[in-house]
Amino acid sequence: MPILAPIGRVFLAFLEATGRLGRFAITGVSHCARPPFFPRLIGHQMVEIGYYSLPVVGLTAIFTGMVLALQSYTGFARFNAESAIAAVVVLSITRELGPVLAGLMVAGRIGAAMAAEIGTMRVTEQIDALTTLSTNPFKYLVAPRLIAGTLMLPCLVVVADIIGVFGGYLISVYKLGFNPNTYLKLTWDFLEPLDVISGLVKASVFGFLVALMGCYHGYHSKGGAQGVGLATTNAVVSASILILAFNYIITTLFFGT
Amino acid sequence: MTIGTPKIALRNLHKRFGEKRVLTGVDMDVAAGESIVVIGGSGSGKSVLIKNIMGLLQPDEGSIRIDGEEVVGMGTSERERVMRKFGMLFQGAGLFDSLPVWENVAFGLIQAQGMARDEAKTIAHEKMAQVGLGEEIGVLSPAELSGGMKKRVGLARAIAMEPEIIFFDEPTTGLDPIMGDIINELIIDCVKELGATALTITHDMASARKIGDRIAMLFGGKIIWDGPVAEIERANNPYVEQFINGLAEGPIEAATA
Ligand SMILES: Nc1ncnc2c1ncn2[C@@H]1O[C@H](COP(=O)(O)OP(=O)(O)O)[C@@H](O)[C@H]1O
Ligand SMILES: [Mg+2]
Repeated sequence: MPILAPIGRVFLAFLEATGRLGRFAITGVSHCARPPFFPRLIGHQMVEIGYYSLPVVGLTAIFTGMVLALQSYTGFARFNAESAIAAVVVLSITRELGPVLAGLMVAGRIGAAMAAEIGTMRVTEQIDALTTLSTNPFKYLVAPRLIAGTLMLPCLVVVADIIGVFGGYLISVYKLGFNPNTYLKLTWDFLEPLDVISGLVKASVFGFLVALMGCYHGYHSKGGAQGVGLATTNAVVSASILILAFNYIITTLFFGT
Repeated sequence: MTIGTPKIALRNLHKRFGEKRVLTGVDMDVAAGESIVVIGGSGSGKSVLIKNIMGLLQPDEGSIRIDGEEVVGMGTSERERVMRKFGMLFQGAGLFDSLPVWENVAFGLIQAQGMARDEAKTIAHEKMAQVGLGEEIGVLSPAELSGGMKKRVGLARAIAMEPEIIFFDEPTTGLDPIMGDIINELIIDCVKELGATALTITHDMASARKIGDRIAMLFGGKIIWDGPVAEIERANNPYVEQFINGLAEGPIEAATA
């Protein structure tokens, strides 16, 4: 009995937190669908998420593609190395690493920034001020970020896919001495539409999750600067874990038996 | 004295956070056109009281009537209609730091009333002039303003939509005495000009005497004294006497204040 009570308490707290997050998400999504819309704010967030994340996502992708080619060469050198490497690089990048790594980088960059900005607005009463000026904070703050996150991460992942494959190409051609045309043809032959589509669906979900966690933790932050710092950390950690969990779930849905 | 429906009527208002009981049965009437000041120590629940009346927090128990209309448990769209009667000057001004000063003042006009930006800007400049700010201040960011200027901008924003009821949360806290007095004068002028009902909370007795027609004291989650400004010296209440004379010795223990 004395062991069960604390477990029960933790479980109930978990259920309560999940319920609160679920309600927050539903309210946020419902405001995405109902006017008035704020195109200026959506545009601003899209630039912030899409454009300014390009360098960080591009660098992540190129090094990942390069290291994939290098590592697979060590493993496949004795077999049909050329075609194996092209396949490993393009499939890993489009299906898994493109969306997951872009998601994680954006969680660190954007999720943290959202939590810090909205959290500061909360503790300095700017969110209360919005409400008193007859502007729903879900409509003004949350919905534009959810929309921008969901739309822009797939765009980033398209770029990451291309740069990642290019990274593998660089290593294969200039370091391993493969024929460039054969490598590209093999890459193209291995690639199925579903690989890219599943990656883009993942990216959409991850973009939504990053924005949701940033907004949720910022919105509920309290207690001054320390509270905002905590909200920022929680936004990044929870978004990263959710990205990895949903990556598994979506992979199962697309490719599971 | 209160003839007709009071503008604000509170009955048996309760609010607690977890185990912490902040309001434990507040009863108060504010007549139309009256300026009431609620005094009380730091942490006594003054801000919580205002936020309940405005609908930023939901009371656990009790009734709040605005113009005779019960607002506790009201739906979102009804609530927004009532919210349009309110204006508020927040303790830290609560200015949107992502927007320039003039857009802060014009925010409600543009977002809630759908006014064109040019027209709203003209009105914003009028309101800014009313609180002694020139047009050149309009393009600055709130971060560039001093504490007194922020309060002025907050005041201009609060009166921009010509509310029927204005709330002032510690308008003079954090200002030097001279700037505090300037803000007091501005508040009196603005309220008179609008013919609005005003509810101010403060622990600054000089400000309370100057702004208020009536003073109420919040202690232990209840209104323990309520009367015209002139009578507070003869309140014959040990709590009120201790507070208005700023004495360490008395029935109010420092630990609870
Ligand atoms: N959102 C909240 N969650 C938990 N506690 C709160 C919240 N808002 C206020 N409190 C607590 O209620 C008490 C009264 O706060 P407040 O009304 O801000 O005091 P003041 O009279 O100084 O304005 C404080 O102890 C504060 O910690
Ligand atoms: Mg306060």
